[in-house]
Amino acid sequence: MSKMRYIAGRIMGYRLFLPLLCLAIVLLVNVVKTPSFFEITIRNGVLYGYIVDIMNRSSELVILSIGMTLVVAASGGTDISVGAVSAVSGAVAIFILGGGQTSTDFYHAPYLLGFLAAIAVGALLGAWNGFLVAKMKIQPMVATLILYTAGRGIAQLITEGQILYLRVDHFKQLGGFIPGIPLPTPVFVAILCILVTLLLLKKTALGMYIQTVGINSKAARLVGLNSTRIKFLTYAFCGLCSGIAGMIITSRVYSIDANNAGLNIELDAILAVALGGNNLGGGRFSLLGSVIGAVTIQALTTTLYAMKVSADQLYVYKAVVVILIVALQSAELKRMLKNLRVRVAVQTGKEVA
Amino acid sequence: MEQGNKVILMMRHISKNFPGVVALSNVDFTLREGEIHALMGENGAGKSTLIKVLTGVEEFETGEIRVIDRKEPIINRSPHEAQENGISTVYQEVNLCPNLTVAENLFIGREPMKRGMIDWKTMNKRSKEILMNLDIDIDVAVALENYSLAIQQMIAIARAVDMSAKVLILDEPTSSLDDNEVEKLFQLMRHLKDKGVGIIFVTHFLEQVYEVCDRITVLRNGKLVGEYEVEKLPRVQLVAKMMGKDYDDLAAIKKQNDNQEIGLGEVLISAEQLSHSGTIKPFDLKIHKGEVIGLSGLLGSGRSELARAIYGADKADAGELKVNGKKVLIGAPIDAMKLGMGYLPENRKEEGIIADLTVRENIIIALQAKRGMFRLISKKEQEEFTDKYIDLLKIKTADREVPIKQLSGGNQQKVILGRWLLNNPDFLILDEPTRGIDVGTKTEIQKLVVQLAREGMAIMFISSEVEEMLRTCSRMVVLRDRCMVGELEKEQLGQDSIMRAIAGGAVNE
Repeated sequence: MSKMRYIAGRIMGYRLFLPLLCLAIVLLVNVVKTPSFFEITIRNGVLYGYIVDIMNRSSELVILSIGMTLVVAASGGTDISVGAVSAVSGAVAIFILGGGQTSTDFYHAPYLLGFLAAIAVGALLGAWNGFLVAKMKIQPMVATLILYTAGRGIAQLITEGQILYLRVDHFKQLGGFIPGIPLPTPVFVAILCILVTLLLLKKTALGMYIQTVGINSKAARLVGLNSTRIKFLTYAFCGLCSGIAGMIITSRVYSIDANNAGLNIELDAILAVALGGNNLGGGRFSLLGSVIGAVTIQALTTTLYAMKVSADQLYVYKAVVVILIVALQSAELKRMLKNLRVRVAVQTGKEVA
Repeated sequence: MEQGNKVILMMRHISKNFPGVVALSNVDFTLREGEIHALMGENGAGKSTLIKVLTGVEEFETGEIRVIDRKEPIINRSPHEAQENGISTVYQEVNLCPNLTVAENLFIGREPMKRGMIDWKTMNKRSKEILMNLDIDIDVAVALENYSLAIQQMIAIARAVDMSAKVLILDEPTSSLDDNEVEKLFQLMRHLKDKGVGIIFVTHFLEQVYEVCDRITVLRNGKLVGEYEVEKLPRVQLVAKMMGKDYDDLAAIKKQNDNQEIGLGEVLISAEQLSHSGTIKPFDLKIHKGEVIGLSGLLGSGRSELARAIYGADKADAGELKVNGKKVLIGAPIDAMKLGMGYLPENRKEEGIIADLTVRENIIIALQAKRGMFRLISKKEQEEFTDKYIDLLKIKTADREVPIKQLSGGNQQKVILGRWLLNNPDFLILDEPTRGIDVGTKTEIQKLVVQLAREGMAIMFISSEVEEMLRTCSRMVVLRDRCMVGELEKEQLGQDSIMRAIAGGAVNE
């Protein structure tokens, strides 16, 4: 009995327990409504099913939430420009690869060039954010608000206000399938991003540096860390992630619509970090928590679609569930539950006596 | 004081266990009307727990608490209930609202109302009266944050007293005040005492106890050692009672120091006209290997700022610094660290600890920063280093993976010391390393300083306790008004001479 309680305590004390529990609940709800939810079938040589769809659709959010997690951890602020930066990156890629034409069906430049340029532009814009936050000490929300609004304008400048199409099958592969591989490509990209970042955090001192700066930047400086540089790096990295996400977003629709690509995704990215049990005030963080958070958000959306909720009403249902999840993880609720337990124990104790 | 010795608070046979630890065992405490009663003990003696039990923050298991005017023993389940029973606490960190006015702070939660609205006129008038009664003459319509911490604390006290507190608990109220402010606080305490308020005064400063208190209750390891009248308990005996051993330890350090050869090592660091505008005026200073050099002066005299200018915590904007005879430029602390320096800052909470990181991470972080991001210290080495310093410095922690914020102040300070010792510096700056730390740990740190110096390390020691400096330092630099005003060598070191130098010769003994 006591051993089981000990094991239960260990499991519940595990940092990712609550985020995982939330995800599990969201997924399990589906079994009631949609019995086929966990079914995976093979059609045309690729895997189909709700689960595959969730993994696929959540990829860009996962990638963005990785960058967002580091930004939050180091600076205690959020980067609200990631959606706009994704749009700029996408616009750059299509502009280079499509030669600036409104619609084309062949590459005007090597794919690698377009891809690298898109990511470099993302990193550059991230670096600009980093410069404003770390060096100029502007509040993160305000600093990134600049690109949040100006970013889409820059993308419009590049596309000259048009929606540019690039109807090349090869271009669609990043957001779709590579022939012969049954899983959607974005899933691999997301996993690669997670692995590289985890490696960077665990095999170098970067993870410890980021947490130290996020918890106490004065003390960090006195132990020899360059807080400015570390914060700057996280923003640049976040921009890089936005660039990669932007490539996936544009590849899915093989076009760039500067007004709508990655619209409002920054809010989901911030939410993913919070759902992952991370403190938005900075400091200690869990990258996998944010990843789980991002998947949870997509699972929720897919669930609601599976339940035939219309796209217009989706946000209301989403909001209700998010409130529940956030409340479940709040320290205040834990305290209240504990008090309740104590009170019940006291009551029953009295009755026994 | 004609009320005499009426008992207003009585705690009897109080016991309290934390998992695995007896925090309080059968402790008695008695407070009389119009007395200032010091509650003393080392860290972990049970002072805080006793206060928490009394104010309803923690529950006690056995025993009873009685207050005057209540027939039944009382049980406080929250600080609010304690307040209703006439027991109020003012903490070191004032918990008022800095952006509200003084009057609002005094009446928050119990504002005088008139026709459903707050009656500002009455509130301000009554605030003025309350404060005048306590000889505090300030504008009550101004936001609290415009006043010094000392005044804020007094306002917190005024609020507590006005809410009909008969028992006032002051928990380490003086640790961030300068001498002048402490004196003002003491005036206020004496004033309240004359009005019949019983004050429980928790502090680490022995001198203050002897200056203002009537009685002392000493706790050790959760047990009551005894209750004493201040006049009948000499300082040395008080320390002995707190530590449970004789004061010889401290005397021994002094002796060791005296026996030390005065011959100085070679010059390690030399500053010429180094300065940082606004904090420290140009100074010349030579620091030798194997010496403990003390910086002495009042709060704000520039003693911390001098150290910060050398370390690059505040980048020096003029002058020259030489390390081992070579001219160096220090742009940031990391440069100083690479030249073999270490710096334990004055403000442990804000500049020292990284609260949410573990003991292990807190110890290795400086070495890791020096090595650079890509040369991660292996997990195994990290653990070895941590265990070594937990052992060496006798850090009390359940595990090396415990967040440092869960440790007591003294143990946190030891972790930071460990952090720097791991770097094996040639020159270590210790700014108030023993502030807010119990006597036992204090002695340990002082011993360590002397020992490190004997092993060849140069140490800069800053403390506001002159006695402590006399015990550890072999040379002393005196500062006044952000300016280095003199150096005292071995034979000149004495409480009198230092006081005179600090005060600028204006003190007539």
